Amino acid sequence: MSATVFGLCGAVVAGFGLYGLITEPHPLRKILSFNLLGAGVFLFFGVVARRGAAAGFGGDPVPQALVITGMVVAFAATALAAALLLRLFSVAGTATLSDANTNSTGDDSTDP
Amino acid sequence: MGGSLLVLSIVVPIVGLLLAFAAGGRQAERIALATMPIGLAMAAAIAVTIRQAGGPLVYLLGAWAPPLGVALRADGPSAVMMAITAVVVCAIGIFARADFATPAGAAEARAPLAFWILLLAVWGALNTVFLGGDLFTLYVALELLTFAAVPLVSLDGRAETLRAALRYLLFALLGSVLYLAGTALLYGSWGTLDIVLLSRLVRAEPATIVAVALMTVGLLAKTALFPLHIWLPPAHAGAPAAGSAVLSALVVKGSFFIAVRLWFDVMPALPGPTAAQVIGALGAAAILFGSIVALRQERLKLLIAYSTLAQIGTLFLMFPLAYDAAATQLESGGALTGGMLQAVSHATAKAAMFMAAGLIYEALGHDRMAGLAGIARVLPIALVAFTLAGVALIGVPPSGAYVAKSLLLRAADGTAQWWWAVVIQAGGPLTSSYVLLVLAHALVPTRKPITPCAPVPRIREAAALSLALISLLLGLFPWRAYLPVSPEALSSPITLDALLSSLWSILVGGLIAILMGRCDIPLAGVPGGVISLADRARRAVFVVTSRVMRVDGALRQWPIAVLALLTVAICFGAAMLAAR
Repeated sequence: MSATVFGLCGAVVAGFGLYGLITEPHPLRKILSFNLLGAGVFLFFGVVARRGAAAGFGGDPVPQALVITGMVVAFAATALAAALLLRLFSVAGTATLSDANTNSTGDDSTDP
Repeated sequence: MGGSLLVLSIVVPIVGLLLAFAAGGRQAERIALATMPIGLAMAAAIAVTIRQAGGPLVYLLGAWAPPLGVALRADGPSAVMMAITAVVVCAIGIFARADFATPAGAAEARAPLAFWILLLAVWGALNTVFLGGDLFTLYVALELLTFAAVPLVSLDGRAETLRAALRYLLFALLGSVLYLAGTALLYGSWGTLDIVLLSRLVRAEPATIVAVALMTVGLLAKTALFPLHIWLPPAHAGAPAAGSAVLSALVVKGSFFIAVRLWFDVMPALPGPTAAQVIGALGAAAILFGSIVALRQERLKLLIAYSTLAQIGTLFLMFPLAYDAAATQLESGGALTGGMLQAVSHATAKAAMFMAAGLIYEALGHDRMAGLAGIARVLPIALVAFTLAGVALIGVPPSGAYVAKSLLLRAADGTAQWWWAVVIQAGGPLTSSYVLLVLAHALVPTRKPITPCAPVPRIREAAALSLALISLLLGLFPWRAYLPVSPEALSSPITLDALLSSLWSILVGGLIAILMGRCDIPLAGVPGGVISLADRARRAVFVVTSRVMRVDGALRQWPIAVLALLTVAICFGAAMLAAR
């Protein structure tokens, strides 16, 4: 029962994160959304550990080992993203992802 | 003996990386360059050992067998990818020495230290990708690869490259979270993530199908298969030349390789015919779309970046072609070999192209297509390298791409899927169109001589040229020892028919370039009637290509890209559920 509740919570949190990644334009909010999405997936790992506990154990240890690795990776990713964002802010003065001045789609106005 | 080689090939780049980090600035370059021959030798040793053993090499970490432990496995395809990675890394190392040197007396800078460390990190991560025998090991390797690749984009620290790096990182992270969610589902269903054990257990259950759909789409986002290429053009075009070569030649192959592992090794029976057609259709769209957008670029590096987009599409054509309708599963046969050969030849050729473009940028101070005139006189070897790499990609015998193309065509014939044969045949002319467009701009006769901004050492041109030559001669290598292919499929590579057909595709490519390419070239000596006729056709085509450019701009908007990603995931899930 509790596993189902946690699973549903994980799905809801992951859904919030995904929604944030799509709709939030600011990179910092995107980074936070990614962390929400990750947290949802990590919760799901917890549910998986619970499901494998049929053999008399309190929980399957392997998903817990996996989720700790996953958290370390997500932490490192967040740190890298935050460092890039800070650097971008100090170089450009703003921190937007839209590349209005570096439009690489080419110039549509030139006629052959 | 063989097993410890596998561990060493991961450990050596990482030890080099740590030493370079600890020793700092001036020593980093020397340590990286000293690591390279060792890594190359080990890749060669693994290839030889696999050939002698006649089967995969396995190493159990800590002697714990799966499912409790984690295994490293090297089969034929991993040996091939490791060898080509080592070769490309060594060439890039030679090429990058001038860009990222710390001369005696000069102050130590951050960029050279970062570059050499990141190059070794990419290498170590890629070797882990090729050797990992466990889906979670592959996840960690994939993340290491991304973390090493992202800073390569923004080595120069300009705002636009930082933006490109951040975009790349965020989109790649979305992809890896989806992959991680997939591994959680798989572990929950089957209790193991070991590739061999999973392949025996796995059946088409809804949770497994959702897992495979999520993992596949996560990997495609990292490989930048159309329409998930939001990050690729600015990242690959903005990085310094050596960085672009690493990113375009090697990094995208990492996630591609895991996708191949997932579909061919873990669950060949699961995807079913429709999902294979969907992934092939994305590849075909990438070829057409990437080539058209490449032809409209004003800058050489962006042209090459979009050509990477098109070539990534070619890699995914093998999925539908490997599907065996009688066995209802993906067969590791000629089509797989064709796809892997395409990956290998693209790795070498694209690294050569980005190196040549970097030299051109250095000599001219810019890489605008319109300003390339006269470059042939200043940098003849670089231009020859670019051309040969292009020729290799077009599929002129005996290049690797030619063998790949003939294997894929054979598979299309064998599985009666003529539409993929059409796509494969169209790839040659489309590739030659943008190569010819660059050549046309570079060979425009010009009166005023170019004085290069900086002298270009011959060794850098030689590094690019040697990679292009390797790509051009890859077809002659005895692939049968490493890749699953029947002997008659690898018949003598050079026939008159093959040469004629590649000539034909170059001619058609020329026509496409004339119709669709940016034209800043003065045309002298061409009759006026022909010009006005061509102008009318170009105007008509221009309307179409402008639409394509607008679609590209829209697809590279963040919300649309994420929605496209979810749509692709749902398509895969639905296709696999329907095939159940």
